Parts: sequence; C-alpha cells; structure tokens
Amino acid sequence: MAETHETQAAEAGHEEHEHHIVGPKVYALILLVLLVGTALTVGASYIDMGPWNPVVAIAIACTKATFVVLFFMHIKYSSKLMQLTVGAGVFTFLILVGMSLSDYISRAWGLW
Amino acid sequence: MSTIVSLPDQATARVPKRNYITEENGLLSWLLTGDHKRIAMLYMGSITFFFFIGGAMAGLIRLELLTPMSDLMASDTYNKVFTMHGIVMIFLFLVPSVPATLGNFLIPIMIGARDLAFPKINLLSWYLYLAGGALALYAMITGGVDTGWTFTTPLSTHYVNTNVVTTGLAIFVAGFSSIFTGLNFIVTIHRMRAPGMTWFKLPLFCWANYAAAILMVLGTPVVAIAFVLVLLERTIGIGVFDPQKGGDPLLFQHLFWFYSHPAVYIMILPGMGVISEVISTFARKRVFGYTAVAFSSVAIAVFGFFVWAHHMFIMGISNYAMLVFSLLTMLVAVPSAIKIFNWSFTLYKGSITFETPMLYAFGFMGLFTIGGLTGVFLGTSGTDIHLTETYFIVAHFHFVMVGGMLMAFLSGIHFWWPKMTGRMYPEKISQLAAVVTFIGFNFTFFPQFLLGMLGMPRRYAAYPPEFQVLNVFSSAGASILGVGYLLPMLYLVWSLKYGEVAGNNPWQATGLEWQTQSPPLTENFKEIPIVTQDVYDYEWLERQKEHEVTQVG
Amino acid sequence: MSLEQQQETASFGMWLFLLTEIMFFGGMFTAYLIYRNWYYPAFVAGSHTLDITLGTFNTLLLIVSSFTMAMGVWCAETRRQKGLVWSLIATIILGLGFLGIKTIEYKEKFELHHVPGASFDAMSFVNVPLDKDGKPKDKALAPDMATHTEIYFSLYFAMTGMHAVHMIIGIGILFVLLYKAAKGAYSTGHITTIENFGLYWHFVDIVWIFLFPLLYLISRH
Repeated sequence: MAETHETQAAEAGHEEHEHHIVGPKVYALILLVLLVGTALTVGASYIDMGPWNPVVAIAIACTKATFVVLFFMHIKYSSKLMQLTVGAGVFTFLILVGMSLSDYISRAWGLW
Repeated sequence: MSTIVSLPDQATARVPKRNYITEENGLLSWLLTGDHKRIAMLYMGSITFFFFIGGAMAGLIRLELLTPMSDLMASDTYNKVFTMHGIVMIFLFLVPSVPATLGNFLIPIMIGARDLAFPKINLLSWYLYLAGGALALYAMITGGVDTGWTFTTPLSTHYVNTNVVTTGLAIFVAGFSSIFTGLNFIVTIHRMRAPGMTWFKLPLFCWANYAAAILMVLGTPVVAIAFVLVLLERTIGIGVFDPQKGGDPLLFQHLFWFYSHPAVYIMILPGMGVISEVISTFARKRVFGYTAVAFSSVAIAVFGFFVWAHHMFIMGISNYAMLVFSLLTMLVAVPSAIKIFNWSFTLYKGSITFETPMLYAFGFMGLFTIGGLTGVFLGTSGTDIHLTETYFIVAHFHFVMVGGMLMAFLSGIHFWWPKMTGRMYPEKISQLAAVVTFIGFNFTFFPQFLLGMLGMPRRYAAYPPEFQVLNVFSSAGASILGVGYLLPMLYLVWSLKYGEVAGNNPWQATGLEWQTQSPPLTENFKEIPIVTQDVYDYEWLERQKEHEVTQVG
Repeated sequence: MSLEQQQETASFGMWLFLLTEIMFFGGMFTAYLIYRNWYYPAFVAGSHTLDITLGTFNTLLLIVSSFTMAMGVWCAETRRQKGLVWSLIATIILGLGFLGIKTIEYKEKFELHHVPGASFDAMSFVNVPLDKDGKPKDKALAPDMATHTEIYFSLYFAMTGMHAVHMIIGIGILFVLLYKAAKGAYSTGHITTIENFGLYWHFVDIVWIFLFPLLYLISRH
C-alpha cells in the first residue's frame, strides 16, 4: 500500500518528462530568426504584391510565433499533452475566425 | 417498494467525529480554506441564494403573464425582470451548479486524489463568483438591465439607458470564476489520478465534467471580449457594433453566441454525468456502452463549438451560413442521443429501485429528450423561422435546462447528500417533492410549446387575450413547481440535524467516494488508494461486502 | 508528487490560462479580419498614420525582451542568481521602453483626433493635410469611407490597449519576481514561477508579433 511517489506515478501512467534545459545558443539563434523575420515583414510591406501582401505578412507572423512557441516556450521539448493543448487552442481560434467568416464571406460585403 | 438503501444500525451509528467539517472551526477556516469540499459547500450556499433570486424573478414573470395586459408591471420593468431572471439563472446558477458544488466536492475523491491541482485558485474562483454576483445584484438594485440576457446590439449599445456596463462587468468577473474552475478540473483529471485509475476507469461523472471544463476554458473568454467591446462602445463610442460608423451589430452576436452555445453544454454535461452515476447505481448495472458515453461527452464539447449561429438564423446571417450551421446542428444532436440510448439500455434488465435520485433521473431522461427533440425542430432553419423568438424557444430551453439540468442537479444533490453531510434526507417527502416538481414542471412549460406554435412572442408582458388560458395553466404550474423546489430546501436543512446517519455507502454504489467515510476526511483518504477494480464493478462490490462480513464474523 | 510532476502540473495550468488569452484576443482579431476586408481603404489610411519606425522599434524591443526572459529562465534552471536578476532587469527595462513609446504614440493619436468617440475627426481623411512639399500626405478618402477609419482606430486602441494592459500586469509581476530573485528564491531549483511567467511574457510578445504587421504594415507601398 505504501509506495514511493515515483512508482505510484509510473503506475498511474503519468509521463515522467525529463526537464530539458534549452541553452543560450538556441535562444540567440531564435532571436536572430525573429529579428530577420521582423525585417522581412517590414520590407515586404513596401513591395506591392497585390492580394498576397496580407498573406505574406500573416505567414511571416505565424512563423515567428511558431518559433517563439517551440523554443522560447519550450513546446518542442514538452510532452504530447502540452503540444495537444496548444493545438487545441489554435484550432478553436481558427474555428472562431473561420466559421464567422463563412457568414461574412457570403453576405453583403460591408455595403451599408 | 424495494430499496437498495443500506444504513448502519441507527441505534449505535454516529457521524464520524473527524471529518472535513469538524476538522477546523471558525469562520476564517472556511473563508480561507483550500479544501475542495469546503469550497464546494461554500458554493452550494451561494448558488442556492442566487437560485432564490432568479426564482423570485420567475415568479414575477409568471404573475405578470396571468393576464393579457401589462398590468402588474410596466413593460420596461418586465424587460428588466426577465433579463435578470436569465442572467442570474444562467451565469450565477446553472453554469456553476454541478461543477462548482458536486464537481469540486467529488472529482478529487473519485480519482483518488487529496485535492484539486490548484486549491488556492479554487478558492479564488469562489470569490470571483461572489464578486460577479454582487455586481449583478448591485446592477439589479440600482435600476436593472432590460436588454434580455443576450444583450443584443445595437439595443444594448445605443438604445437603452440601463446598467448594461455594470452587468457586463459582473458577467466578465463571474466568467473568470468559471474559467478557473475548468482549468483546475482539466489539470486535476489529467495529472492527479491515483495509481491504477486509468482514463477508462474514471466514473462518467469525471468525463462529463472534463468535457465541460474544456468548454469553460475555451469558450468563456470569447464572451468576455464581446462584453468588453460592448462596454467600450457604450462608454467611449468606439463603433465596432454601430452601423452608423460602419460596424456590424451581428459581430457581437457571433462573439456572444460562440460562447453561449457551448455554455448550454457547460450547463448540461455535468448534469449528464450525474445521471450516468445515478442510473447505474439504481439499476445495479454498469452503464451500457461506457466508452460511447465517455467519448460522446467529449464529442458534445467539440461539436458544440461548431453550431453557434443557429441562434442567429433570423438575425441577418447569410443563407449559406444558415445552411452550414443548420447541418452542423443536426450533427451535435447525435452524441446527446447516444447518451439517452445508453442510459435506456442500462435500465434494460437492471434491478431498478425508485429512490429520490432515481426519480429525478427518470424525470431528466423524459424531459431532456423532449427538450432535445424540440431542439431539432429549432435547428432546422425552415421551422426555426416560424418558431424562433416565440414561447416555443422558451419552452425548449426550459425543458432542457430545468426539466433536464435542474433535475439532474437535484438528483445529484440527493444522491451525494449522505456523502457530503453524513446524513440521509427523508426519503418519503423527497420522493413527493420529486413528483410534485415533475408535475409542476410539465404544467408550467408544456403549454409554452403550444403558445409558441400559436405565435405568442417571448419577452412580451402583454399578449393577445386568446393566449390567456394557456398562460394561466403555465403560471399555475409554476406555483406547483415552486413548492417542489421549496420542499428540498426545507427538508435538506432539516436532515443536517435530524437525518439518519448514512454510513459510508448507503446506496451500495461503486466509486472511490463511496469507499470513504461520510462526511469524508479533509485529506479524503488515509492512504491514496491503488485502483484495481473496474468502474461500475458491482461484482467487485459484492466481493468486498462478503469479505467484510466474513472478517467481522 | 515529485517536483518534476508539480512543475509540469503548474505549466499545464499556465498553458490553459494562455488558451483563454488566445480566445480573448481571438475575438478582436476576428473583428479586425472582417472590418479590414470590408473597409480596406479606410484601414490603409488609418495604418499610414502610425509611425512605422516607432512600431518597428517597439517590435524589436519586445522580441529582445522575450530573449532576455528566456535567458532568465535558463539562468534560473542553471542556478545563476546574478544572471537571473540581470535578465529580469533587462526585461523590465525593455518592457517599460515599449510602454513609453506606446504612450508617445497614443498621445500623438489623441492630438490628431484619431481617438474613437466624441472627439474623433474623420474629416482629416477627406481633406488630407498637406506635407511640406504641398502634396497631400496620403490618398484622400470619400466621406463615407473616411468615417470607417473610426473602426480601424477602435480596433487599434482596443487591441494595443488590451495588449498594453497585459504588459503592465506583466511588468508588475516582473518587479515582484525581481525582488524575490534578488533574495535567492529562484536559485534553488524551484523555477516553476519564473518558467510560467516566461510563458506569459512570450505569449504577450506573440500577440504583438501579430498586431504589428496587421496594424502598422497595411500596404506601405
């Protein structure tokens, strides 16, 4: 009956996730990526790409955010549960935006 | 009538001296507690208080509707009364009801833990609830709100002079209470299960609250931002919902209903969890299709996010959106139906007894089914155009929320009352109350389906005289319903002192909570259990009892 | 529960809280998406009144502050108390810098009557003021489209304002963490608080990563 914490946890099927320490080199690299991304997005806004401008801007922003989530927020080194949790949040946000759009895209387009 | 109740010998039995209630004394030990069971009791008291207030509003509504003219109150006052009724009943009663009371109390014990993951956040959750409730009361007393609980723009942003801002803030604060409760449940169920307590050994009550918790965490913030924007529009005039400035009033509704539809599942799922436990216990049978019921809870939570615009069919959304959301609404009915089927099959060839929790559960199954089926009529956009904003809608949601959820809540309160207090409630009068509630409910709300089909609009204080007969029926039913709700409040309090001593497991139910003393110890278990038995394993329970009997001998 | 388990539990709780923040800001992003598509010329004109230099500089400040915060977490994990303290100080300074620039931007908006509400002046988008060469600063809008710039600015203030509120709360917490870190509270291997605050700070940075291009960089060509 009296068991140690570790064996109890193992029996319950909990993942014993080894704490992975991300070092300064990785962080510095990601910082560089983010700075480059910022420069890119500012530069891209000065180029006329027609309807692709907002697409490029969002794409760059999503990429930057992904790097922050993966490395600064350690999701790359986290358990499946954490990754699923982040995914669930993003998914729900996309449902909110996407399905609201299904209404707006199919009716009078701001023609008050 | 046969019964499965098995109480200890009343001559010698005593409520255990050391339990979570007697552990510490003094007001502060309750107000600053981290014990999930004490917090559950704190919630129980506050929720009952707000139920009274919402109920009083309901009484006023039914009184006004006795006559076709708006003679009891002016129309403006009537608007305030039904608005407050909705806000109090939904945000301050139904949403927290089962999760904050039964969920808080039982989930840690059911999974074999000593407490929730974040006890301090649990306490904070209660204080946020009180703050939100206090703000709502303040708004009520200082003039009220008259927009309906749906705060439809631009009425709420431009055309009323009532306490929209205060009430919006109140709901914003109360929403955080909900978010923190959900957050706590998710982390607890994921990470604090006892050894051997796998996901598929969890009681269905835990699955149901887990699914509801996901909805609380993901849905509530959207209504929060909706209210923030309304507040900004009213105070500064930002114009996001104002057509004159190019805003779209419908955007508010999209944001509002994105939460408020999942909110109805936040309200009903925990009730469904209760019903799973009660039906299994009083049919002495494991729930039929456990996996299906467990997954259907999660399915309801997920699909529940895809259907919100079925509340907006006549509001000006596009035909294409009507199509999409109507179709998806048909889909979300399926998991709920699966549950009803599974509960029915659980009853089949079960050894059924009719104690009070079971009576309420039967009431739930019948009334929720009717309410749910009428939801299908409303999800069909063609019929919805005729029925929406009439009393048909009012009847629909009262069938699922009152005939369904409130009955489930009462079922759960009675079922776990002996566990939470150590005392049994008086069976005969409680059975009477359950029957009175059922009769009163049907008299109150069934005529409203007819009224709706005949065309009586909702939220009107005055109506054409030909609708009076049905309205009188409804109000008469409401008075019976009121008696049905008053009785438990009286006898439950009475039972605290005079009820029979319950013992550990008066219902001979499975589940870890029934293997502990009633009321439980503050730390729930002397030692954390190691779970080897299946969920709803009545054979295991029999063997335990035989084991005890031979031991004593 | 082992320390490892406790830390993961706390992180799980923080991530769930961040999910609520995603959905909270998500509502405003939804509004933005819809109105930008409805009133594109108004959004372009509104965006052009924002100072791209200040906006870019603010973005850089926040990104570096995310780096310093991540370094703070590393210092806590490797029990470098001095490093942690300096990382927190750097993060605070960068955060305050961001808020300072935001204040300058807001003040300018106030002076130009771009704050939504009673004082909003849409006519400056119809009768566009001239620059020093005598040319209009931007393309003029028709009067009805000009009124829609108020929606742009409503969303600008709502989104950056809500973001700023989160920054202020974050900086407040940073001061508390700094005080405790200086006393050695986070150099014992108990890094949960620092790590979880880091998650919050990074999230606030991510919100700005999206706000910047959406608000400042609409069609700068």
